[in-house]
Amino acid sequence: MARAATTTDAFNAVAEPRRRLILDLLSGGERPVNDLVRLLDLAQPLVSKHLRVLREVGLVEVRGAGRQRLYRVNGRPLQPIHEWVTNYERSWSERFDRLDVVLEELKEEARDDDD
Amino acid sequence: MTATSGTAVVTLPAETQILITREFDAPRHLVFRAWTTPQLIRRWWAGDHGKVVSVEVDLRPGGRWRYVMTANAGFEVAFHGEYQEIVPDQRIVSTEVYEGAPEAEAVTTATFTERDRRTTLTLLVQHSTREFRDLHIASGMESGMQEALDDLEEVAVSLV
Repeated sequence: MARAATTTDAFNAVAEPRRRLILDLLSGGERPVNDLVRLLDLAQPLVSKHLRVLREVGLVEVRGAGRQRLYRVNGRPLQPIHEWVTNYERSWSERFDRLDVVLEELKEEARDDDD
Repeated sequence: MTATSGTAVVTLPAETQILITREFDAPRHLVFRAWTTPQLIRRWWAGDHGKVVSVEVDLRPGGRWRYVMTANAGFEVAFHGEYQEIVPDQRIVSTEVYEGAPEAEAVTTATFTERDRRTTLTLLVQHSTREFRDLHIASGMESGMQEALDDLEEVAVSLV
């Protein structure tokens, strides 16, 4: 399945709760790794490992600022996941719109029976 | 004359789950009837994606169900499964297999909750692995095919 490769990567990355937490923390603005270590209360090698996974799928970017490296979030890789779920949601919406029509008729019948 | 009752909301509460929620402007015994009666299922199940050609419902624990539609592009899409638990007007637990990916069997729990003569339907789809869950969402797209691809194209074009 051709689309799996692009979507599962970002999916893999956000499937791990601590990586989602990192994205939440970075969504407020860029931060150095030490900030993340302190806020997450995790060992630095573990935080670095998660950051590496997020960088590999492009969800996190890094830039050097003096002696510090600052990490920031990039939401674009999540766009295909969002579209993918939106399409699925749309097929259910179409079904349910038709179900509404059926239900209106059933309600009419129920009213007629009461008369 | 149709009251618009809301839109379907799809969320992914856990990595192996899909949760679909929708409110209907009807009491739940009617929603349950429309959900489980073959001649009524025929009228809504395919959505805009095609035509339902066959619906089999044996509504009892251990009973089988199978829905088949011909998609607009001409190919058939079929799902089947077995009912595990039925509480009339309230709850249906069943297995579900998309015949295009028969190894990915899911367990779906449909819950009908009524308040002020309106019904909230929640559909929780539980897969055994995240890959199967992802495949399930993708298969929804496949049956939507042409429209979905057209839409995707529009989105892609708008991103350029």
